[in-house]
Amino acid sequence: MALKIVKGSIDRMFDKNLQDLVRGIRNHKEDEAKYISTCIDEIKQELKQDNIAVKANAVCKLTYLQMLGYDVSWAAFNIVEVMSSSKFTYKRIGYLAASQCFHESTDVIMLTTNQIRKDLSSPNQYDTGVALTGLSCFVTPDLARDLANDIMTLMSHTKPYIRKKAVLIMYKVFLKYPESLRPAFPRLKEKLEDPDPGVQSAAVNVICELARRNPKNYLSLAPLFFKLMTSSTNNWVLIKIIKLFGALTPLEPRLGKKLIEPLTNLIHRKIHIFSSHKMLCSQSHLIVSLSRIAVLISLSSGMPNHSASIQVMKYLGLLAMSKILKTHPKSVQSHKDLILQCLDDKDESIRLRALDLLYGMVSKKNLMEIVKKLMLHVDKAEGTTYRDELLTKIIDICSQSNYQYITNFEWYISILVELTRLEGTRHGHLIASQMLDVAIRVRAIRVFAVAQMATLLDNAHLLTGNMQRMGICEVLYAAAWICGEFSEHLENPMQTLEAMLRPKVATLPGHIQAVYVQNAAKLFATVLKNQEGNTDSTAAQETSQLMIDRLPLFVQSANLEVQERASCILQLVKYIQKLQQKDVEVAEEVCALFAGELNPVAPKAQKKVPVPEGLDLDAWINEPPSESESEDEQPKAIFAKEEPKHSRPRHTEVDEKELARRREARKQEQANNPFYIKASPSSQKAYQEAPGVEHIPVVQIDLSVPLKVPGLPMSDQYVKLEEERRQKERADKKKKEKKKRKEKRSGRGRKHDSGPESEEDITPAHMVDIVTEEMPEVHRSCLNITMNLKGNARTNMISAKGAVSSYVVSGGIFLPVKSSKHKKKKQKKEKEEKEKKKKKKHHHHHHHSDGGGEESVQNGTVEEEEPLPVSVYDIQGNLQDGSQVVVSVIFENKCDSFLKSMEFNVLDSLNSKLQRPEGSGPHDGLTVPFQLPPGVSNEARFVFTVQSIVMPQKLKGTLTFIVKNEDSSTHEKLDFKLHFTCTSYLITTPCYSDAFAKLLESGDLKCSSVRLEGVIMPFHHLLARICFHHHFSVVERIDSCASMYSRSIQGHHVCLLVKTSGQTVSIDAKCDEPTLLGNVLDEIKQTFSQC
Amino acid sequence: MIKAILIFNNHGKPRLIRFYQYFAEDMQQQIIRETFHLVSKRDDNVCNFLEGGSLIGGSDYKLIYRHYATLYFVFCVDSSESELGILDLIQVFVETLDKCFENVCELDLIFHMDKVHYILQEVVMGGMVLETNMNEIVAQVEVQNRMEKSEVSLFLDR
Repeated sequence: MALKIVKGSIDRMFDKNLQDLVRGIRNHKEDEAKYISTCIDEIKQELKQDNIAVKANAVCKLTYLQMLGYDVSWAAFNIVEVMSSSKFTYKRIGYLAASQCFHESTDVIMLTTNQIRKDLSSPNQYDTGVALTGLSCFVTPDLARDLANDIMTLMSHTKPYIRKKAVLIMYKVFLKYPESLRPAFPRLKEKLEDPDPGVQSAAVNVICELARRNPKNYLSLAPLFFKLMTSSTNNWVLIKIIKLFGALTPLEPRLGKKLIEPLTNLIHRKIHIFSSHKMLCSQSHLIVSLSRIAVLISLSSGMPNHSASIQVMKYLGLLAMSKILKTHPKSVQSHKDLILQCLDDKDESIRLRALDLLYGMVSKKNLMEIVKKLMLHVDKAEGTTYRDELLTKIIDICSQSNYQYITNFEWYISILVELTRLEGTRHGHLIASQMLDVAIRVRAIRVFAVAQMATLLDNAHLLTGNMQRMGICEVLYAAAWICGEFSEHLENPMQTLEAMLRPKVATLPGHIQAVYVQNAAKLFATVLKNQEGNTDSTAAQETSQLMIDRLPLFVQSANLEVQERASCILQLVKYIQKLQQKDVEVAEEVCALFAGELNPVAPKAQKKVPVPEGLDLDAWINEPPSESESEDEQPKAIFAKEEPKHSRPRHTEVDEKELARRREARKQEQANNPFYIKASPSSQKAYQEAPGVEHIPVVQIDLSVPLKVPGLPMSDQYVKLEEERRQKERADKKKKEKKKRKEKRSGRGRKHDSGPESEEDITPAHMVDIVTEEMPEVHRSCLNITMNLKGNARTNMISAKGAVSSYVVSGGIFLPVKSSKHKKKKQKKEKEEKEKKKKKKHHHHHHHSDGGGEESVQNGTVEEEEPLPVSVYDIQGNLQDGSQVVVSVIFENKCDSFLKSMEFNVLDSLNSKLQRPEGSGPHDGLTVPFQLPPGVSNEARFVFTVQSIVMPQKLKGTLTFIVKNEDSSTHEKLDFKLHFTCTSYLITTPCYSDAFAKLLESGDLKCSSVRLEGVIMPFHHLLARICFHHHFSVVERIDSCASMYSRSIQGHHVCLLVKTSGQTVSIDAKCDEPTLLGNVLDEIKQTFSQC
Repeated sequence: MIKAILIFNNHGKPRLIRFYQYFAEDMQQQIIRETFHLVSKRDDNVCNFLEGGSLIGGSDYKLIYRHYATLYFVFCVDSSESELGILDLIQVFVETLDKCFENVCELDLIFHMDKVHYILQEVVMGGMVLETNMNEIVAQVEVQNRMEKSEVSLFLDR
């Protein structure tokens, strides 16, 4: 009986499963939406039931509806319920639904953490698998953080099925929670050698994705991958590894050479992997594979009726070529014909790829030919996207590197003009900017360009006639400007002027009209000038009349710019007319309005203008505004010194009467203001009666087929002309050569072979003014400074040959205290000398060290006794471990003997200890892991454990080593001091200004300040210096004020507010550790006192 | 990375969608429509790669597709994937479907969208290729199906 009830309820519950839903939807084709909405109501009912089977069924249906585009996020909680079912079947449904519709902002995800953790550790591997799969789709930073450890354990699960999933999902975890990368990496690396190929492949996959983001870190894995590549048979793994090497080879050129052999083997074995091979474009061996690719393409083009796979090969070949083109343009260029053939392919993807390649293939010789071919394609192309692509490519190809390949600009202008005949292109502005650029920069072409533009203006109706072609009317902008600016070249300026003042112009976009108006004025000036030369003065007056008649059209324009220019010019012309009526000659003066040539200016040309002497750009011209006025501009006045000034909001009591009065006044004002649209119907009427622009009868010429415009040039003719020109040139040359040869008949025979013309032989018909972009001056000086600083640091290190110095460089210190035997006195002296010279330019140091060298030569045998300078050049905190500091030391052997068995030892203090390998005593030295032949330097790193970082300290140490000569060897010793500044515990950490502000507001920080006098350096140098020497980063900079931030390895925040006025720099600082702060400030002060 | 996997029929009706990056539902539908528009106008004997379209968002993304009878299988991938590799993967996926459904046809996908998802989950996980060995995929799918059957029968027997 009970069974029956259960079964009955089951039947009822399952009255509609997924299949039924799908069937239902298919049967309700007409009212699908309505049907689905009833289904959703049913689902809502089902979700309310307690039975998990019913719920799961409902969720399954929701997943289907989600695919159809219905938002099912309202059921997120129910999905979580189903996920937590103990039955695999339901769990799987739940996780599937979750993976389809959960995302980072789904709030119920928080509830899933424990459930997922439970599933991950489930004894059933498929429960774990399902959880991993689901998690991979909706992992959030929180989930990643909480579950990273669990997933890491799964990476060494006994079942390969789980291992591979766990390895793969680690990539997602890294993305969301980058901190997990470091601890997980060794295990990931281990998985590269997993016995199961699936796990191996997953690990390769993850590392490839990681390496794509930051290849540098994975260089060390190269040997491992190399082994995998030669041993693996899995195509997937091979492809991924080759891709990975593609990312690595640019960083490590030697890798490429090593790869040649295995790769060629691979290519022979499986030709289809070659597509990935293209990534390795840095090596010359590629030519081999390139020819192979070319063969493939030619093969494929030879067999027309062979299915899509040939097309696939073609596409991939072209893709590969585009990669190779970047490094080996020559080798691709030889396949030009093949690529041009691909332009005719029926497949758009292939055509686009081939187009991409053309860019790198053109030369002076073949440019015209290629562009001619492209123009043919433009005519044939169906579909605007492809045609637009063609258009931009033509322009790209022609204009690349300052029109390098164009020999005849008349040809180029006519190409541009031809392009304007394209229908429905979006790139009108591109053509326009090219026209402007060429006309301005190529002086010789102006006459021709102006003539062409005049024709364009004359035939403007062809461009604007069709509304679809609005994009192209941008060209008129260029045309009008060129005609106006270079109007002296116009044959018939009057005609152009009329063309520009046609009523139809009013239908053009506002910015073009504005240019029309302005340039009509320029033309007017030219026309006047021409006409006043004649005896008949009526012509000039007629011209003025024409302007006065036509300009009002523009005065009424809705566009402000047009309105303003038109009314200005209209008044001007009226005034001119007045003068003309008095028979005054005005042309000269009108022309003066537009006198002077507009030259092209490089975008950064301003930087080239030298600042005149005595002009200080940073000095205030007026007194700086008082602080209360410019509170907003202050970089957040949170530092204690600056008490925030609150301007108290003014509460003015306004009574009702006053308000009413004001309202009335405003209404009055609005009524009188023409710019307010009034409610009264009369004004509307008046507007309609006024003879507006809209009422001028305009005949629309609707031409769907572009006409050949009379007088427009055909670019083809230029190809011929160019050919002739070149032939002539060649002939000329030959003549010259003949002459020469005649002269030198008795000479050494023919030097010049008049064979096929080479690239250099083709002289351009027109010259381009090349405007190169200067690197901004400011940047360069910044760069110089850092370079200098580095340079100083280095010379200090190297020149300090066995001498004593205590110079502090970016936290690094060099302190060999005394050399083993004699010369203590001398060294003392040297030390003083050095300190004096410390900040002088670095040739001083060179000099100094040279001197030192001489001395040792003089001393002869003494030389070996101080052959080895130790230079600590950097002390770096270890971010991972707040108590560790890494000291990098460069050892340079300056003597002629061989140095070996070096031992580095430091007397530990209570606070700092040198980390020694386990088992060695506290006074044992560390062996330096290399030997030094004469003149060689090498770097060793030593790790120190530091307890407290708030105080700077000095550690004494010794370096012992054996100097080995041909006949003898001696034991030597060198004492030195290590100076741990507080700065060296700071780590440059970027900080956002809002986080910075929060930090300061938190109130946990103690503050302190310091004032530096007599600092003569630009503010940005000062900042750069603080950043460089003291590991700070600039958070925000406003004028002469900047906030900076840094963090110590133990997590202390250090904030600075640096302000400068004149030669005084004040630094307000905040830090959660006052002692540390004090010391850091002292060090900063020291840095600046040294300069 | 694979950004999305779309299966739709010759009329653009979605049969399976799997986005590995979040898009709102209406955006998903628009992407499907757009992709269908791009893919459907191409001949069968042209290459299987396409660039452009809003989903792809930039030059790094490509559509790699195959057309089987009434269905289009479209993978949207970035440049870290090999074109031929993905083509191969689509083939593996379809062959797996064929094995699991025994002569798969569009109707199988229509009525068993969930099962298709479960199979896909064994091939691609979170946008990364999990397994390319067909036998392995089929084996894992079958084990899970058996588990499901035993659970359901257990439930009904009670």
